[in-house]
Amino acid sequence: MRVLACGEDAVLLDCADLDDARRRHASLVGHPDVTEAVLGARTVLLRGHPATLRALARSTPPSDDVAPRDAREHVVPVRYDGPDLAEVARHTGLGEDAVVAAHTGTSWTVAFGGFAPGFAYLVGGDPRLVVPRRATPRPTVPAGAVGLAGEFSGIYPRASPGGWQLLGTTDVALFDLDRTPAALLAPGDTVRFTVADRDVLAPDDADPGPHRHGQRGGEGS
Amino acid sequence: MSLTVLSAGPLTLLQDDGRPGLAAQGVGPSGAFDRRSLRQARVLVGDGDRPTAVLEVLGGGLEVRADAAHVVAVTGAVGPLHVDATPVDHGRPLRLRVGQVLRVGPFAAGLRGYVAVAGGLAVPPTLGSRSADVLARLGPPTLGDGDVLPTGPSGEPPTGPPVPHLLTPGITTVDVVLGPRDDWFTPGAVATLLGTGWTVSDRSDRIGVRLDGPALPRAVDGELASEPVVRGSVQVTSAGLPVVLGPDHPVTGGYPVVGVVTAAGVDRLAQVRPGETVRFRRHVLH
Repeated sequence: MRVLACGEDAVLLDCADLDDARRRHASLVGHPDVTEAVLGARTVLLRGHPATLRALARSTPPSDDVAPRDAREHVVPVRYDGPDLAEVARHTGLGEDAVVAAHTGTSWTVAFGGFAPGFAYLVGGDPRLVVPRRATPRPTVPAGAVGLAGEFSGIYPRASPGGWQLLGTTDVALFDLDRTPAALLAPGDTVRFTVADRDVLAPDDADPGPHRHGQRGGEGS
Repeated sequence: MSLTVLSAGPLTLLQDDGRPGLAAQGVGPSGAFDRRSLRQARVLVGDGDRPTAVLEVLGGGLEVRADAAHVVAVTGAVGPLHVDATPVDHGRPLRLRVGQVLRVGPFAAGLRGYVAVAGGLAVPPTLGSRSADVLARLGPPTLGDGDVLPTGPSGEPPTGPPVPHLLTPGITTVDVVLGPRDDWFTPGAVATLLGTGWTVSDRSDRIGVRLDGPALPRAVDGELASEPVVRGSVQVTSAGLPVVLGPDHPVTGGYPVVGVVTAAGVDRLAQVRPGETVRFRRHVLH
């Protein structure tokens, strides 16, 4: 790990990889000398006094746990009818059904946020699903679109331009100003995609299992 | 207690101290681009110790009518100011009677003016702030003609001294701390960054101040994995040109950041007009 300068009131930890970054983030987030700790793909931004942060980062071993203790599990139902499903099937050599099976077959982990409010970069999925971005980004991607780019999967919190390969759409609200925190997904959370069933009703709030998110917008659990 | 917008000008936004600390949710800091002028305007109307929202006026051209007696002040960019037909001073508290109109003319120096009203602008906050984030599309909408802006309760009458404007014509020099990714550039590129008079592009906005000049050659090829960026980060695009990130920057970026402009430097950059010249001066942290 290297500690890089990042202006008057921050430093940037340049870590070996995402796993190392997550362990260092977990060991430093919440420390009284750290005003804010933000994960990147293999970096951690620490806000505070640079000299203090340098000493702290060098003297603090990375955590044994990659995820914060309050990490949550989310189940996200997806309608797999996206415009790039055929292209992803062609690129990966899997059939469309096998792409869906691969996307729903493993649990994904929230690595870091960015791009837009509520957007999360998800990692740890089936390695066969690594695909390039679209050569030309779409001017508009609908809210709830579920896509792939590189090693990542992600969900567009709202309509925006975007270059990810789109597999389908979910009704889960990724960002809701009436909720605290507004972003549904936090670093360390896990996401399991499921094939949406149009007959499934919003889940019972008493469900003791992982956080299941209904298929209609506006759910607040 | 309110102000009515008679003319909103080309781009007028509500701004306060923004939304720090929410980067993990993908929410950027936003807030006033020139924070020094924000603080000065608050002090002049007696709100120096309150995080009130003010108007950030791009280029001038704002007209607002007082629907009650209000104390207002204008700081930042400088241009003709009138209450009704009477010229008034920049950087002083101004008392408006019911029905009087404050006219902020086109700025002759600087780019962003700040109009504070005693008690602040009391629109509902979004995630704890009344700042308009033009990238994330959070916070109050861009001001429009006919908008009615509610104001909060004001405190003691202001007694602070007038504020001199410190806008100086000519070249603007800002301090920059090298890193985190200065080692992605050749030593010659860093010398060029520090030795060039950069021209501010007209494609600049609150997301970033784009600079035109010689391309900065990279020492490291390839893509940078997305990493968190801060206000003032000097990103270098694939074309080799610097972009200094403003308050509405995205929370992560994939372009290497050669240096980070100091807070005071960002305040000055907020006031540089397209076509004007910016220089960087190396600042070493102690």
